[in-house]
Amino acid sequence: MHARAEVSDPHAQNKAQDKAQAWPDEIFAILTRHDVRQVPYVPDAGHSQLINHVLGSSTMRGIPLTTEEEGVALLAGAWAGGQKGVLLMQSSGVGNCSNMLSLTQVFRFPFLTLVTMRGEWGEFNPWQVPMGTSTQGVLELAGIHVLRASDPAEVKEVMDAAASQAYNACTPTALLLSQRLIGTKVFVK
Amino acid sequence: MSKANLLDRRQVVSTLLADRKDALVVAGLGASTYDLAAAGDHPRNLYLWGAMGGAVMIALGLALAQPDLPVVVVTGDGEMLMGMGSLATVGLQKPKNLSILVLDNEAYGETGGQVSHTAAAADLVGVARACGIADAKAISTLGEIADFAKGMQDVRSGPRFANVKIDSADLERVLSSRDGMFVLTRLRGALGHAPI
Repeated sequence: MHARAEVSDPHAQNKAQDKAQAWPDEIFAILTRHDVRQVPYVPDAGHSQLINHVLGSSTMRGIPLTTEEEGVALLAGAWAGGQKGVLLMQSSGVGNCSNMLSLTQVFRFPFLTLVTMRGEWGEFNPWQVPMGTSTQGVLELAGIHVLRASDPAEVKEVMDAAASQAYNACTPTALLLSQRLIGTKVFVK
Repeated sequence: MSKANLLDRRQVVSTLLADRKDALVVAGLGASTYDLAAAGDHPRNLYLWGAMGGAVMIALGLALAQPDLPVVVVTGDGEMLMGMGSLATVGLQKPKNLSILVLDNEAYGETGGQVSHTAAAADLVGVARACGIADAKAISTLGEIADFAKGMQDVRSGPRFANVKIDSADLERVLSSRDGMFVLTRLRGALGHAPI
């Protein structure tokens, strides 16, 4: 359960959480424009609106994974077969991917992942902090270019850049969606 | 140390691909890639030299992108064990054109022959079936491999999974290209996709 972090009243938080946001729709529109067809994911609350769009789409196929590295391999195979994709996961999944990310260099295929961040910005759960802290470093060590969006108003522009460089230049790219953007998970009301 | 009742891996793969037609073949790293190379280089071969545990997922992406073409994975028991979750992902997607053949020598042949989980405990056919791949079976003869080869051409009846116990003979390596870009671009080209 996520609520916008800057909302302090818990009842208002619940309302904010139920309200659809604009930026997941903007991401979906950009993926559509780039003719993305395969969308592997390990679910995250921060991705739920986007996942619902994908599952309702007639052109995209949402593909639930058992672990995030499956998605890296899937996207390599999709490209071999002529299709583009995007991998949706949360920051804790990045660590699961590191060896499989070799494929982005060996095959130089258009790799884009959208990573919802945990372990930062008011995190309640200490177990999320180590991987959340190293997420960007792990990606960069694996040769992935990292972009970040923290404000709802900038998501469209940053996503546009991420998708363009990934799909047009085969630059392996991760877009980190900040916890400040998706809202800190509320465990205790 | 070949056992008489176990199949020869190179014979298995050459039988599987003797009449491959338009099939796309993904081979797991190590001996499976050498077996695929030994059966004859082909633009529709995707040889893996790493990405252990990823062979089935690469083939799934390919199968979903090319639903009218047979896609077959040839991989080893160690590689399959590492990617066991991908059988659940395949079981959920149920790509009708995907076939998976595991060459099971119950050992990590590439690294010194250390015993794998399938020697004493793990039953990959049971795993595949429990993951929702109804057509999952153990194969022990070349005749059954020939039948499996016919079945994999039917892109309306998969996914299918077979585990074949092979002997653990340490065969001479037959090296495929290990340039991923070359192999990938060649395969894409065979499907009519130009480089970017």
